[in-house]
Amino acid sequence: MRIGTPSGRRRSSGAAQLASPPVALPTNAFFDGGLLFSSRMTGIGEISRYIQTFMTLNLPLIREQFPFLRETVNGHPLIYLDNAASSQKPSRVIGRMSRFLESEYANVHRGIHLLSERATAAYEQARTKVAGLLNANREEEVIFTRGTTEAVNLVVNTWGRENIKAGDTILLTEMEHHSVLLPWLQLARETGARVEFVPVLENGAALDLDAAKRLLAAGPKLFAFVHVPNTLGLENPAGELCRWAAASGTTTFVDGAQSVGHQPVDVQKLGCDFLACSAHKMCGPSAIGALWGRHELLSAMPPWQYGGEMVDRAFYDKPATFREPPARFEAGTPPILEAAGWAEAIDFLNAVGLEAIRSHSVALANLAMDRLRSVEGLHVFGPAERQSGIVAFSIEGVHAHDVAFFANERGVALRAGHHCAQPLMRKLGSLSSSRASFYLYNQPSDVDALVGVLSEAVAFFR
Amino acid sequence: MDNELYQAVLLQHSKQPRNFGPLEQATHAADGHNALCGDEISVALRIDGDRLAEAKFTGNACAICTASASIMTGEVQGLTKEAVQTLAANFRALVKDGHGPDVPPKLEILSGVHQFPQRVKCAVLPWETLLNAMQLPVA
Repeated sequence: MRIGTPSGRRRSSGAAQLASPPVALPTNAFFDGGLLFSSRMTGIGEISRYIQTFMTLNLPLIREQFPFLRETVNGHPLIYLDNAASSQKPSRVIGRMSRFLESEYANVHRGIHLLSERATAAYEQARTKVAGLLNANREEEVIFTRGTTEAVNLVVNTWGRENIKAGDTILLTEMEHHSVLLPWLQLARETGARVEFVPVLENGAALDLDAAKRLLAAGPKLFAFVHVPNTLGLENPAGELCRWAAASGTTTFVDGAQSVGHQPVDVQKLGCDFLACSAHKMCGPSAIGALWGRHELLSAMPPWQYGGEMVDRAFYDKPATFREPPARFEAGTPPILEAAGWAEAIDFLNAVGLEAIRSHSVALANLAMDRLRSVEGLHVFGPAERQSGIVAFSIEGVHAHDVAFFANERGVALRAGHHCAQPLMRKLGSLSSSRASFYLYNQPSDVDALVGVLSEAVAFFR
Repeated sequence: MDNELYQAVLLQHSKQPRNFGPLEQATHAADGHNALCGDEISVALRIDGDRLAEAKFTGNACAICTASASIMTGEVQGLTKEAVQTLAANFRALVKDGHGPDVPPKLEILSGVHQFPQRVKCAVLPWETLLNAMQLPVA
């Protein structure tokens, strides 16, 4: 459990973590106790464990920037706990996208006119921001995709088709999202490669690291794994896994969909070969994400989609030549508007502080872990001590779909189902579970609302 | 409860479903699932000539789906295959639009589902599975 800066020290210094320039947030962060404690809260002792963490974020100021919080459901304030599926957008991202459309929009890289220059500048600036977010060595290592799923498919269809042959081993983990699982399984089926899985320990408490070490020592061709799984509330030790892989000459692909934008992620520190992430999970727009890859790998990869922008020289009667990365992998008109929005979201997150966002989300998840014990028959998947802001659970005798439906009637947005990880949920003995996932704009009283609505649902359905 | 979807009868059917369990002498059976929310249901039938003599179901599904299956298995018993098909179509109209022609009163209690488009699939899944089962003789 990470505890944030003690409030006293922060206050006396007069500097707010939120207020690092160039972000337009007041410099005198304040602490609103009323936001933290709701009248229904009984477990003051529980919250005191996390209070310093909650105080590291200026919640009132953060919440003010999210217009969706003004929505109500049946007269109840909307409490959004579906952040692992997608996050909400702050005003400055919404405003940035509007301004971009009003005065900067055109196609990129091809117009010799004002608007095209502006659009190109914004698009390429977004690449710089993403490279900065991931601490990439070079900007050209960032390829814009439609999201994490497309990034996986890109690697499978380029690097994968060039490098995976019959008899090779592809190593995955049992906790992969369908977006990582299915493309690699398909490639294995087509090439005759073997697929092995690093097992998940009892109740999804952790990845079986002994097995991972052993399986990696055997030198699989590729190891693709999720950094922060979308169900288990844990973080895989990505740096360690990548080190073990590198020692065997195994290429690594990290699914960063739930980690990037939720905590600091440094591709150089991790030592991975590829990493994918999505803007919409980090306060940016949907339909854009990125593949980061080591430059020497990217430059050796063939194109996967053909068309404008990615070609160097084209002919009627002989093979075309293709551009260097990232252009080689960005055929057609890219998500220009979305790139501008994503860049703004990254500025916003950096201003708040990624370490503070992580601490806050994890503290909320831990508070939920404590308080959910009062709901009879509720079972949480994953480790007792949360490592991410995700809490997935099943309730004996109440189907997850009913839980989510009931919760929505009270304004609490949950996810229900298999969370795009059907084999994992099957292994954990649950076909359908509910999930609450926290992010920077969630507050401790959201946990009260969650516990309250779950207790009501149990009384109603059981 | 402030929404009318879960009426007392529906809840009763979901908590203590009728015709729930394996069917020993099943002649036809099918599985259905709703990938969206994780409803899983199996319908087993005993078809005698042109008639559906018996229908039972098993599975792990939400309250709407379970109640729908519970009521359905009671209503279709003794009907001809053709009548089951007509009733299935009318039921679908009922939960999609709020009214369907010639729907027996017991099924009408599911009409409230039409106000919740995301739950229509839950109510219809048992019927879809039943229609599939009629085409799938047990090996």
